[in-house]
Amino acid sequence: MPPGAVEPSPGHSLVEEALAATVRRPASRPGGTTRRQFLAYVIGAPILVVAVDALGSAPANAATSGASGGGGLTVPAPEGIPSLPQPADVVDLGDLLILAGLPTANLITISVDTNGVAHFAMPRQENGQGTETAVAMIIADELDLPLEQVEVTLAPAEPKLVFNQLTGSSNAIRSLWDPVRTAAAAARGRLLAAASDLLGEATSALTVQDGVVVAPDGRRVSYGQLSGLAASPTTLAVPATPKDPSTYRIVGTPVPQRANPAIVTGAQRYAVDLDVPGYPTMVRRAPTIGGRLLSFTNRAAVEAMPGVLRAVPLPFGVAVIARTFGQAIDGVDAVEATFSPGPVADQSNATVRQALIEAPVVPFLPAAPLARTLAFDFDWAPVNHAPMGTNMAVADVRDDSATIWAPLQTPIAALEAIAEAVGLPPSAVVVNVVRGPGSFGRTLFFDAALEAAQISKAAGLPVRLMWHRTNDMRHGRAHPQAHHRIRATLLGDEVLAFEHRVTSVTTDVSPGLGEAITAGLDRTGLGKLGFSQTLFETTITCPYNFGVVTQLLTEVPLAFNTDSWRSVFSYNTRGAEEIVVDQIAAALGQDPVTFRLGFLQNDRQRAVVEKVAEVGGWGRSLPAGVAQGIGFHQEYQSFCAVLVELDTRNPALPRVTRAAVAVDVGLPVNPLSLEGQMLGGLTDGISLVLQMGNHVEAGLPVESGWGHFKFIRQDQAPREVTVVVMPRSTDRPGGAGELAVPAAVGAVANAWARATGTVPTSFPIIDPTIGWAPPPPGPVPVEPLQPLPDPRRDPSELYDY
Amino acid sequence: MSGATPAQTFRFTLNGQPVAVTCPPDLRVLWVLRDLLGVTGPKYGCGLDECRACTCHVDGVAFATCSTPVSAIEGRSVTTIEGLAATWPGGGLHPVQQAWLELDVPQCGYCQAGQIMMAAALLAQVPDPTDDDIDQIRNVCRCGTYVRIRQAIKRAAELLRQGSSSASGS
Ligand code: FES
Ligand code: FES
Repeated sequence: MPPGAVEPSPGHSLVEEALAATVRRPASRPGGTTRRQFLAYVIGAPILVVAVDALGSAPANAATSGASGGGGLTVPAPEGIPSLPQPADVVDLGDLLILAGLPTANLITISVDTNGVAHFAMPRQENGQGTETAVAMIIADELDLPLEQVEVTLAPAEPKLVFNQLTGSSNAIRSLWDPVRTAAAAARGRLLAAASDLLGEATSALTVQDGVVVAPDGRRVSYGQLSGLAASPTTLAVPATPKDPSTYRIVGTPVPQRANPAIVTGAQRYAVDLDVPGYPTMVRRAPTIGGRLLSFTNRAAVEAMPGVLRAVPLPFGVAVIARTFGQAIDGVDAVEATFSPGPVADQSNATVRQALIEAPVVPFLPAAPLARTLAFDFDWAPVNHAPMGTNMAVADVRDDSATIWAPLQTPIAALEAIAEAVGLPPSAVVVNVVRGPGSFGRTLFFDAALEAAQISKAAGLPVRLMWHRTNDMRHGRAHPQAHHRIRATLLGDEVLAFEHRVTSVTTDVSPGLGEAITAGLDRTGLGKLGFSQTLFETTITCPYNFGVVTQLLTEVPLAFNTDSWRSVFSYNTRGAEEIVVDQIAAALGQDPVTFRLGFLQNDRQRAVVEKVAEVGGWGRSLPAGVAQGIGFHQEYQSFCAVLVELDTRNPALPRVTRAAVAVDVGLPVNPLSLEGQMLGGLTDGISLVLQMGNHVEAGLPVESGWGHFKFIRQDQAPREVTVVVMPRSTDRPGGAGELAVPAAVGAVANAWARATGTVPTSFPIIDPTIGWAPPPPGPVPVEPLQPLPDPRRDPSELYDY
Repeated sequence: MSGATPAQTFRFTLNGQPVAVTCPPDLRVLWVLRDLLGVTGPKYGCGLDECRACTCHVDGVAFATCSTPVSAIEGRSVTTIEGLAATWPGGGLHPVQQAWLELDVPQCGYCQAGQIMMAAALLAQVPDPTDDDIDQIRNVCRCGTYVRIRQAIKRAAELLRQGSSSASGS
């Protein structure tokens, strides 16, 4: 490992700081913008290539808890009984992942080519959150380059990056902020030094305008001309001093996503669109989750079908490879196969709920004399991720090599698993990361890539695997079903205790992510709590002064296919808590906004609540059956409040008609994509509360597609949403991708309670018993052929085609 | 079941060019476009006529390519997202595409070809759509870009009005 940063010594101070952070409140340090110097490396190459060291990316809490009260602990609350700091207040999941990635952060490189274009192969996944764009903005600012002269691509799996090629926990920008700034700053320093030699001027006399270095006398030399001069034949350590973020010109301004021109013209390629060899492939799967193939009795008949090339039995099903997906689907439905019953074949939502209720939990505090106790229990259905594109991958496995293309958040773990599965050394496997068709956590798991590799090897053909939507819905991954018990103890106008017991089907933490969390834990000493409890404790915190707060997780190990779902535990856990917060306010006879402002712990929290109440017109009069609701959430060093107006007058089609969101991420890199993330989180929250969830019957969700898995559409989306991005409050960005969901869940549920007079406790709310005939398990449904629409004769066909 | 009947040759116009494909008559247009012709803009989101990610135009009208057999488009003119801009006489991108860029609509982008094709078909029939009209659009956007889609449709309506008034020389 190369030596550490010049000042402060990085690895040491980081671990020390993180360890210290777990046992003490972060000391109040002057906030703002000290410019620290770091070390970078010029890598031996003919053009300028800069790599960065394990930087002084101190745990964000320690770095942000300045005068503005970033960590939520330094500002005394005006009322309420102060709660002790919880683990997520001092080290959160994002911090753990940053810590895990530190020893390999030095393998992040930025190069500047002879055309003056900066290149960065980003070791993160892009699923539309805007990471590529935000990182390009940071590089452009740090290098004084026009944005168009920065190229950001998705890096293929690089095993040497170990924990530093992982996308999750709203962590992409948080974790890249320091390494990318430092590498770019080092590159700029190197280019300026080369210009100084060439022009015979001190670097302090030089300025940079759009990638051109200008001398006081007006002589100009471009980065492209300087690239070779700034390069080094051998690797060389150089100092780097990133700019004060307050001097950035592009960071902080609204920049549209870079992929937009390709997306709106159809040129954007997702994995199954790539122009590489690969035959359309679909899989016939078991009638229950996790069932394994026992027999496939009509292989010859299936392989004789027109267009079918191979029908390959594998443990997870029968893969049908054809000339077109239409013919692969026909083949899948013609397969005659038997499967073993899966490990949850006897389970349904009802039996799982029973198991969750019966699981032992840590008892609540005994009732206090004179105190009142509010008790609420909540149920959450399992929820499929349902990315817009189904699970997909292209694989070309040959005798001596394998090449994979897939959307992947954990590509290194994918590469290792694929190498093992196809019997090749990891060095013979190339795993290319492709833009994802949505994810919401789904592509933390690389099952499509692994299956595609296994099919390709078995068939001896390159394959283009796409899951049928019905299989994606039934055999894909889901947020686990959960049961929540919350008890709030009130005395007078105070909350003496707030206790939350979560019982959940075990959330499977993907290979790659799980190992990174473990490695991060080892660096903090937090690991003693055990893996799941630690993960829970580093993501869940109660932002209110509610006296004695305990939030505890009990997992019930049922072998469903689970996964983080736009947060690991937060939307259900914090969403449920926001409902109880409203009920505590009601019990104390207080307005929900006033109550929150009184019991929140710091100014940044209160500021977003105040802002959202202001722009959302809190308290305006609305007809009966229509009501406002508010929710608050903080995580990833960021703060968010959501206000909605929910119209419940049409019981079949409740609708959030207006919404407002206020968000404080510390330092907003791209307010435009941040707004987009808030809109997405809001839409998730509306869907989760009102009507989106899975019904498991006999070990399989019955939902087969978008018809019964009711993610909202235009007719239930708010027509008007105001998103307020709070001005920069710290010198580094917090996370944003998952932030709005719990606040939106709370806001919509609270609006429902106020509009209908009934506090919702089972989600989704509109969840009648299955009132339709689900397509049977096994074959995939095939939609009858439709006639072409003619809206000129029947205007309804404009929409109902 | 496609493939049960022998393959035939079908001719249609695709993005202004004549094409011919030989395949079973009940093969769905989505697979003809994607797997036989390599036109990958239209996306598979369900194959069940539920999500509309596969939406394209036949003679200017939106249709679900995943649920329409190739035999139905014999002799017709099909436009995919790749060919939308060329249908706009103003040159450059179609106003719907321009509005999508202006409002930074896409997130993952996977639904957006279908959204844009639906919006363009809507505006062709209803030049000044109301919020109630827009509410009837069934296309799913799992990333939740609905508000921006709504704004972009209204913006595209404006651009179309400006475009047609300048095209008519007024
Ligand atoms: S793919 Fe055609 S409607 Fe979903
Ligand atoms: S942009 Fe991702 S589904 Fe619409």
